[in-house]
Order: sequence, then C-alpha cells, then structure tokens
Amino acid sequence: MAAPGTGTDGGNWFSALALGVTFLKCLLIPTYHSTDFEVHRNWLAITHSLPVSQWYYEATSEWTLDYPPFFAWFEYILSHVAKYFDREMLNVHNLNYSSSRTLLFQRSSVILTDALFVYAVHECCKWIDGKKASKELTEKPKFILSVLLLWNFGLLIVDHIHFQYNGFLFGLMLLSIARLFQKRHLEGAFLFAVLLHFKHIYLYVAPAYGIYLLRSYCFTANKPDGSIRWNSFSFIRVISLGLIVFLVSALSLGPFLALNQLPQVFSRLFPFKRGLCHAYWAPNFWALYNALDKVLSVIGLQLKLLDPNKIPKSSMTSGLVQQFQHTVLPSVTPLATLICTLIAILPSVFCLWFKPQGPRGFLRCLILCALSSFMFGWHVHEKAILLAILPMSLLSVGKAGDASIFLILTTTGHYSLFPLLFTAPELPIKILLMLLFTIYSISSLKTLFRKEKPLFNWMENFYLLGLGPLEVCCEFIFPFTSWKLKYPFMPLLLTSVYCAVGITYAWFKLYVSVLTDLPVLKTKKQ
Amino acid sequence: MEKWYLMTVVVLVGLTVRWTVSLNSYSGAGKPPMFGDYEAQRHWQEVTFNLPVTQWYFNTSNNNLQYWGLDYPPLTAYHSLLCAYVAKLINPDWIALHTSRGYESHTHKLFMRTTVFVADLLIYIPAVILYCCCLKETSTNGKIANALCILLYPGLILIDYGHFQYNSVSLGFALWGVLGVSHDWDLLGSLAFCLAINYKQMELYHSLPFFCFLLGKCFKKGLKGKGFVLLIKIVCTVVASFILCWLPFFAEREQILQVLRRLFPVDRGLFEDKVANIWCSFNVFLKIKDILPRHIQVIMSFCFTFLSLLPACIKLTFQPSPKAFKFTLVSCALSFFLFSFQVHEKSILLVSLPICLILNEIPFISTWFLLVSTFSMLPLLLKDGLLLPSVVTMMAFSIACATSFSIFEKISEEELQLKCFSTSVRKYLPHVTFLPRIIQHLFLFSVIVMVLLTLITVTLDPPQKLPDLFSVLICFISCLHFLFFLVYFNIIIMWDLRNGRNQKKIN
Repeated sequence: MAAPGTGTDGGNWFSALALGVTFLKCLLIPTYHSTDFEVHRNWLAITHSLPVSQWYYEATSEWTLDYPPFFAWFEYILSHVAKYFDREMLNVHNLNYSSSRTLLFQRSSVILTDALFVYAVHECCKWIDGKKASKELTEKPKFILSVLLLWNFGLLIVDHIHFQYNGFLFGLMLLSIARLFQKRHLEGAFLFAVLLHFKHIYLYVAPAYGIYLLRSYCFTANKPDGSIRWNSFSFIRVISLGLIVFLVSALSLGPFLALNQLPQVFSRLFPFKRGLCHAYWAPNFWALYNALDKVLSVIGLQLKLLDPNKIPKSSMTSGLVQQFQHTVLPSVTPLATLICTLIAILPSVFCLWFKPQGPRGFLRCLILCALSSFMFGWHVHEKAILLAILPMSLLSVGKAGDASIFLILTTTGHYSLFPLLFTAPELPIKILLMLLFTIYSISSLKTLFRKEKPLFNWMENFYLLGLGPLEVCCEFIFPFTSWKLKYPFMPLLLTSVYCAVGITYAWFKLYVSVLTDLPVLKTKKQ
Repeated sequence: MEKWYLMTVVVLVGLTVRWTVSLNSYSGAGKPPMFGDYEAQRHWQEVTFNLPVTQWYFNTSNNNLQYWGLDYPPLTAYHSLLCAYVAKLINPDWIALHTSRGYESHTHKLFMRTTVFVADLLIYIPAVILYCCCLKETSTNGKIANALCILLYPGLILIDYGHFQYNSVSLGFALWGVLGVSHDWDLLGSLAFCLAINYKQMELYHSLPFFCFLLGKCFKKGLKGKGFVLLIKIVCTVVASFILCWLPFFAEREQILQVLRRLFPVDRGLFEDKVANIWCSFNVFLKIKDILPRHIQVIMSFCFTFLSLLPACIKLTFQPSPKAFKFTLVSCALSFFLFSFQVHEKSILLVSLPICLILNEIPFISTWFLLVSTFSMLPLLLKDGLLLPSVVTMMAFSIACATSFSIFEKISEEELQLKCFSTSVRKYLPHVTFLPRIIQHLFLFSVIVMVLLTLITVTLDPPQKLPDLFSVLICFISCLHFLFFLVYFNIIIMWDLRNGRNQKKIN
C-alpha cells in the first residue's frame, strides 16, 4: 500500500496518511458491528457452498443476496481465502456466526480491499493542480484533499465499524472520475460499468455519466458559442462505449440470462416492498415532509379540525415505523418519488448537455444527481449521503463557494450517520472521529481560502454550531429524562429533521451555484 | 499559535487511538481467583470507599493485604476514593465491600476505561501539548509532529488503556514538574513532581535529576544570596506538599511506617516475573536471586545503581541546563531500571517519558529506544491478549516518527550528538569514522531481531522444558539494548553537553 506514495513529489506524506488511516482501521477491528456483518458472512456462505444457479434463490437467512452479480463473485473469491481462517463461517445454516477468526477475516478483507480506494485517491490528487500551491505542505490542496478522502469520517464508521464494503466501491467510482479527468474516457466508462454491477445504488449517478460521455466524448467538437455541433458525432466512439458497457453487462448478467433467472435477480435487486423511509428517516425531503405531516396533525388536533379517532395509530408515541401513514398530507407512492427524483435531476442533466464545462461540470452534475436521488428517493439509507460527500470533496479544494457547500453538506451528512452507532463503547469514537474530521475540514479549507470572503454567513455558522447542543440533548440529556419511555424515537426524529434542513439547504445552494455561476466560470476557464 | 487546528487534530488522533485500544481486553480479564491490575484498581476503590483511612494500609478482617493490598502512596488512594464516589452514583455493586470482589461487566469496564481517559485528558495530555508548544528552535509543524509522536507512544497507551493502570497520572505530574523546572517556575515544578512521587513511588527514579538540577540552580545563583532563598523556598514547597498528601496518616507513627513498608516491599525479591534488567538477564546464567542472601542483594543493587548514575548527576549539579536535565533524567531512570531492586517491566515507562522529551533532539535513537521499550513489555501484553493493538500501535508510531522527523536521514555524527565524542576518540584512534554507520546497522539488525522474535513468540509453542524461553529471550535482548542506550546517553552527557553551542536546529 506504500506504492502509491512514491509517485508524487516528496510523496512520503501520502503513504504516511494512507498507512496511518489503515492502522486506525485495524484498531477499529474489535468495535461493534451491525447486522451487515452477518449479511456479508451469509453471502460468503451462499457463494461458497451453493452453485451459481441458486445464489439468488437461497433464502435460509433473512439476509438474502441483493447485490448485483459482480459483488457475488467478489464474495465468492473472498470465500476461498476465508476457508483458511474458519470454515464454519461458510456454512449457510450457521446463522449469526461470528467467531474471532471470522471477525478478523471480514474486517481485514474490508481493510485490504480499501487499497483500491487509496490508489484512486492518489490518482484523483494528481489532477488537483498546485495553482495555489503554498510552500507549506499542510496548506497544499493535494494534501487537504487526500486527508478529506482518506480520513473521511463517514467511510470510516460505515465500513470499519458498522461494516460494509463501500471503500473499494468508492475507489472504483473515484478512479473512474479520475480517468474521465485524464481524458481516458473508455477506461472511465468501463470502471463505472463494472461498479454498477458491483452495487446498483450507483445507478443514481448514471445519468451524469451517460450524458457526459455522449455529449463530450461522442461529439468531438463544439460550435464557437459552446453549443453542440451535430455533425461531429463519432460513431466509432459510440460503438466502442456501447460495446464496453454491453460486454461488462453480459459478463455480469449473462450467466443468469442463460439460466433464465433475470427476473428473480431483478426482484432481489429492487425490492419495492419496503417503506418510503428507512426505520430511521434519512435526512432528506421526505423526512421534512413526514415531520410537517406530524406538525399539521398535532395542530389539527389542537384546533379540533381533525377527528382523533380517524388518525392512524402510528402517531408520535409509536414512533417511526416502516410503513409511515400520513394523516394530513397525501401519502407518497414509489412512482411519485421516482417522478420527483427525475424532475430534480433534469435541470442538472440539461445543464451538462447544453453548457458542457468539461470534467468539472460533469462532477457537479454527478453530485447533483446523487444528492437529488438522496433527497427524493424511495427508501433511502442515510449511508447514501456518502455518494455525494466523497465526490464533493474533489470540488471543495477548488473554489471557495464549493468549499462552503461541501462543509455544510459533509458536517450535517456525517452527523446524520450518528444513529448508526448507538452502543456506549463506540460513543466516544464517533464523537472523537467526527470532531477530528469536522475541525480539520473546516479549518483547513478556511486556511486554504483565507484570502476570499468567509466561508459561512452567520446563519450557517449558527446552524452548524447547533449540531453540538443537538448531540448533547439527544445522547446525554434525553436518556435521563422521563420522555425516554414516552417518546423513545424523539432523538432520531430530531436528528433526522435537523440534518434534513442542512442537506436540503446544501442541495439547493449547490443547484443555484451550478445554474447561475455558469457564464462566470466559463469566462474564467477560457 | 497559528495552527491550533492541527494541534487539535493531533490530540484528537491521540485520544481516538487511546479509546480504540481500550476496547480490547485488560489484565486478568476473566481469570479468577487473583485477576489482574484491573481488579487491583477496582479493589482499591472498594477498600478506600468502605474503610476508614486508618485501615487502608493495614491487614484487617475487612482488608486482606494478600489480595491486591494497597501498595501505592496516598494520592493513588485518594484517586481511587474519588473514582469510588462516582462508581457509587452509577452502580453501588461495583464497590460493595467483599461482595464486589472480581466484579466484571461491560458497563464496569466502560466506567474503568473512562476514569483512565479522564485522568489522562486532565493531566498528561495538557502537559504534552504545553511541552511541545514551549519547544525552542522548532517550527510550528515540528511542534505538532512532536506532539503527535509523543501522544502516540505505544508503551504508555498499551499499559494504561490495555493492561490497565494510571501511569498517565504519575507521568503527567512528572512532566508538569519537568516543564516547571525547565522554565524557571521552580516551585510549581517541585510541587508537581512531589505530587508525582506521592502518586507512585516509582517516580523516585526521576528524583535525583530533579534534586541535582534544582540544587545546581541554587549553586549557580550563589548559595549565600538568591540561591539560598530559592533553596529554602523549594524545601518548604516539598515539605508542605508531602505533609498535605500524608496528612491523614500523621495521627500515629505506626501508620506512616506501615505505609512505607507497603510502598517499599523489600521482601518481594530482586525482581518480579520477567524484567529486561541486568538482574533478570544475569539470572539466566547464575541464579543470584536464590544464591545471595536478601540484604546482600539490596546492597549490591544499590551500589550498582548509585555508581551508574553518579557521573551524570554530578555533572548536572555543576552545569545545570534544561537540556542536560532531560538527558540526566533519561540516564538516571535507565540506571534505576537496569540495576535497582524490585523492578517491574512496566517501569520502563519511566525511562520512556524523558526519552519522549528528547524525541526532537535525537529522533533516531529516541524512536529506536521507544520501540524497544514497548517490545520489552511484549510478554506482558501478550498475556493480556493485546497482540493486535500492540503491533498496530507500534507500526503506527514508527510511521509517525519516520515521517515527522525523517529519522533515517538524521544519522550523521552531528545529529546523533556524537561529534565531540568521536573527535576525542579520533585523537587516539584516527580511523574511527564509522560510528554512525555502525549505529545504523545495529538499528536494522535490532528491528529484524525484534520482528522475528515477535513472530516466533506468537506462532510457535515454546519447548516443554523451557516454557519461558521466548519471554526470557525478549527480556535478554531488550536488556542488551538498554545497556547500549545507557552507555550512549552517558557518552552524550559526558562529552556532548560540554557547551551549549551544540544546540542544533530541527527542521
């Protein structure tokens, strides 16, 4: 893993940063792990002990295989290493098995596959040019970006405490972005296609890829005013792109097509039976919508506008259940969320098509796609915010405006991950790591852009500082009050709504900056 | 400081590492009937909370001294009492007299770990930060890097947060003492150091350099004028702080004598378990522990210790300077560790603390020493089930030091502070120019040996006839290292600190 460091100028620091965070990950091995640990153990067992034809049918455990085929193959390969650690974990019927060797194996597999992420970060840092390069190492954009990515709080707690394999997947995504920046479009497209077949959540950002490749790669030239020159369309490029995507998909889905299992695979990948929101509301538009509904129903009851008998049981006392029933506002269907998401994505995609800005424009569009899907998607997990935070890190070291949006988004997004870790021994870890990342990101970006106007206005400052009291109330005061029994879900609801405000604000601000900043940015570029 | 945020980040990294290590096992976890140091600390809370002060150090029906009897000075007892009050608030079962013996639960572990964390946060860490901020001739980045390395020193983290002890309190007070004395706040410094001694009697390892340095300062100011006043002031501070700490025990003479008997248990033998000092290593060849009578052992160890620390102390008394003070602290503590009576393997931390303070002056040797010191405690750490955190923190620490100080580039004679020594050697042997190279090779060799021994200890079972083979080997090799370091530091003290112009700039 030391290899990536040797490439850059005086690249010692990069390997030190990467190794440092790797050691931290190793120290996190004995921490709490969620049911996702069992999910992945079960997948190891399924892929190891069953033929391919049964992978997507096996249902002994409730945690059935619901990732695309490449991920299943990835687990298959891992399982062949796992058998040297502990054979018992590869038994499908051995539910909730977690011997110390199993733990060691699974944790270290996450840590080792993160090597790809480290490499991708190294590649991304290459094209962050040192225009503003200060002599101080700690004030170089490259350095700051590496810390922001390698030591990302969300990735650390989701992968290395909660347990998931996001590291190498985000590695693939960052690597494909880096390739697009390096004008190696085919490679970038290939990596993204592979990524999609590892985890389909990355479909959220697929529109950005599709439009960008079509517009800036398949059309080889623009008119002087920047609009599209239709006759510059290159068939060879389209065909090669199509071929790559087709081959990757064939490799992934082909075997299941041959087995005539595609419908089963897709039914596993896209379960629409789940509710609008996760048990803990992801801090998005629907959290605000639900909260508004609550408030309206309470007001309605107070003003006697609503009949108490007609209100469904799932009021504040029973807390947040999977199927949330709205009392005042209309209920939301999957189709409605899909339409909302599409409408939210459209302007950014249009922008990418009509006013291409090169790779940076693509990156903005990608972040907007990720954020919009997060805002309006059906059954969104709070972890999905990482999909916006990590690419946004790349933008943050470039412009003061982006840095300010990044900081609001990241701080609230990371804070909204707090409910993932609810056990007492992990409480100090999450607070310390959060402080570590937040203090570093805010201070280093402030130092980087110290010559420009302040990054936050008073309102944003006030909002971000409010996260502190919120945490104190939710985790230090609330458990000792009598409300704990009456409203057990109160802290989750507060966290979710408070963070939803910040994330919506960041989303809105980013949209505004993308739609308005265009001409200015353009003249700068030329 | 313009880069306060980096310092905060460094401290947070140190805290995070500390807490993650604390998630691991502790000494004597689930091992009745005696358990380990964790139970000892819990037991002290139980004893101090439930019994009157007069019974703390006495064997009574309620206080069985054979079972982890209190054998640390009064401040430790007060600290236990304080923790016990907090424990009472959370769960009285934790400190119930008799019935709580061997109490273990996840919540209790969390509580105990938190007490260590809080003590560390209040005493040791602020001292480290202040020390690094006060470093002279160092860039801001250098100060921050230095703080990072000191805070990441694995030995202290593993013993306090893994094995379970409160070394950060005594070492923290000692560090406050060093800070005070080197910045001419002599009274505050002596007060802090008295607190350190009254927390853990092992701090006496550091007492001679403190004494000599302060005495030297008084001499320098002239014993007939200002120096005398200073001396009186210091004596008063020391006496007053001791009286304060021991106040409850002054009721009877027998009380004080009993506490002292508990603090210096001569009948426990020359050394305990496996220690990387001379006596334990020598014991491999000749069973001195069994052959010689006890009082001869005491006299012998006293003489050796005294002789080995005498030169450095005399030199410090006559040429007191903060730099010489730090080096003398190292050499005295090391002499005590190697030669004195009844040494624990954990006492190496008392040497590591002053080594941490000279990390920025001789980064290469200091890093080497700090790694060896952690390695020397490996048998203990393995017994506590701390293999993973030990290996990881040691690697992290080496990376931190290697990156912060680029130690492998700082191996010239000048940077090893051997310039004066090799010049004087060359007067007689003109061809001796290879010292740095030898040291470099020794380092590589030593790292390879340490890695190999660790691997062997972890993977292989020792032969049945020699069940302690590996731990004895580890101690023996560490002891050789420590002897080498003792010689090295004495050479520096005798030759290189002759004048102040050898102060070299860092970064």
